[in-house]
Amino acid sequence: MSSATSKPRSPMAAPRSFLWARRIFLTLLTGFVLVPVYVMISSSLKPLQDVSGTFRWLPSGLTIRPYIDIWSTVPLADYFVNSAIVASAATVCSVVIAVFAAYAVSRYRFRGRRVFTVTVLSTQMLPGILFLLPLFLIYVSIGNTTGIALFGSRGGLILTYLTFSLPFSIWMLIGYFDSVPRDLDEAALVDGCGPIGALLRVVVPAATPGIVAVAVYAFMTAWGEVLFASVMTNDTTRTLAIGLQGYASQNDVYWNQIMAASLVVSVPVVAGFLLLQRYLVAGLTAGAVK
Amino acid sequence: MTADIPMTTTTATAQVDKQAAPGKSPGAARGPRRTGRIRRIALPYLLLLPALLLELLVHLVPMAIGILMSFKELTQFFIRDWTTAPWSGFDNYQLSVDFDAPVGEALLHSFLVTCGFTLLSVGLCWLLGTATAIFLQDTFRGRGLLRTLFLVPYALPVYTAVITWAFMFQHDNGLVNHVLHDQLGLTDKPSFWLIGDNSFIALLTVSVWKGWPFAFLIVMAGLQNIPRELYEAAALDGAGMWQQIRHITLPSLRPVNQVLVLVLFLWTFNDFNTPFALFGKAAPEAADLISIHIYQSSFVTWNFGTGSAMSVLLLLFLLVVTGVYLLLTSRRRKTADV
Repeated sequence: MSSATSKPRSPMAAPRSFLWARRIFLTLLTGFVLVPVYVMISSSLKPLQDVSGTFRWLPSGLTIRPYIDIWSTVPLADYFVNSAIVASAATVCSVVIAVFAAYAVSRYRFRGRRVFTVTVLSTQMLPGILFLLPLFLIYVSIGNTTGIALFGSRGGLILTYLTFSLPFSIWMLIGYFDSVPRDLDEAALVDGCGPIGALLRVVVPAATPGIVAVAVYAFMTAWGEVLFASVMTNDTTRTLAIGLQGYASQNDVYWNQIMAASLVVSVPVVAGFLLLQRYLVAGLTAGAVK
Repeated sequence: MTADIPMTTTTATAQVDKQAAPGKSPGAARGPRRTGRIRRIALPYLLLLPALLLELLVHLVPMAIGILMSFKELTQFFIRDWTTAPWSGFDNYQLSVDFDAPVGEALLHSFLVTCGFTLLSVGLCWLLGTATAIFLQDTFRGRGLLRTLFLVPYALPVYTAVITWAFMFQHDNGLVNHVLHDQLGLTDKPSFWLIGDNSFIALLTVSVWKGWPFAFLIVMAGLQNIPRELYEAAALDGAGMWQQIRHITLPSLRPVNQVLVLVLFLWTFNDFNTPFALFGKAAPEAADLISIHIYQSSFVTWNFGTGSAMSVLLLLFLLVVTGVYLLLTSRRRKTADV
């Protein structure tokens, strides 16, 4: 969000009480937000004795040793690859499916339209724990009858995660597509594009911020999920969410390595999120909160 | 299942090509035009099909099976083929809600802990998010930096955020005890944060730290939709900053808050990731959230029938709360409009 698009509340100067309240509040909040981030970064550069003994704000010496050791203590690279494959595939599939579904709801009046949106949204309410075991049993029986390995495989995890982000994505894109003027796709239809052509050539480009926002959300959902990963992965398909616990189960807890690994794992998503956050705010403004 | 996506896309595109033909020549024979009409009616359904199939496979069918399983005596002996497990009527439900027996008592306790936790967490997340969004509404130096910074907890994967907090809450080498005990001298001896009663505070802290930026993000987006003229008019009428917040900003946010609070409530109540990453498979009693309690009851004790019954009860509770909430808030909005 550039400052040009945001609306200042009023042209008049804010009173002193407001400015002081703001200053104090934001200072305290910044501290609360930053302390764990500081702990994560500083501890990842500390030698082991610094993180095993009493906590120290400043390291006794800086070392990049933890960043080298993390790759051999647990097979972090394998977990990384698994998470990257699962999260990317889930994101791409989820966005494509959500674009088509949202287009249908936004541009067509058909029987069952409302039932569909309400059903999809209400799946957000379902406790994950309720369908974890049945889903596990379904995947196992699909594997037994058809030979398609969903349980323990990346495919099964991709399938599961993409449906997690689907409801929110569809909901947000419906709002976003609604805000794209209908005249645009009608012009494309007159020009000889079919409905799908109009969607791909006109609506999708006009709704790019919304689509980026949805993709960010889908990737973060898949990258951070713990519950299903804990049950549905095996040694070869383990994702970072579960793999990271490996550092704690060693005889000595290498907190500096845990922090280094956490940082390495977080950087791709945090960087991506912060780079694309303006799209997310724009997407939410146009879609979800309208 | 993923193979469905390209397939539907190609059929849909092929259809468009065919459909475009009769549109271009209005005088075409009746046959093609009728199939064109059928296709036009079918098109939205085709577009929805992948989403629908996936929701069915991953959410709705498993939910139905979960409900069936709650009526069965499903222990580890029947896990290879759950359909052979004997029916047990309402036994699992009776066991779950018999609050005098250990199982029901533990479930009730977990439910109450979850209610308290959810109320506090949602309240604090909403409060922090709204206050921050309002304070960052006007431009000042450093505003963009703060906004980016505040989104970091939300962007971090849950487990890395939680692991960092778990490190800070360590008894011997954690930051929290170092500050409270060594530096400020507030406690007689270092406290345990991840076991015992303090674990509730630890869980709440992590949950709020991780959750409030979402409220901030949504409220920030909601603020963008408030017309600037409202503030200008209020300023002309002599309303000060605090009055503008009370009489314009907060009322205008009501529709956004209606959805935001509900979503926060559902996510927090069902949260599994945070307690699981903080405490592992078995949470301390004071922080025994319902999801982890049911997980423990199903996967650790291998009693899936009872676990399913508890999940169904949880779902019913969430349905009732959501229904009542929407009814009350929508009615209030309507009367407020009049």
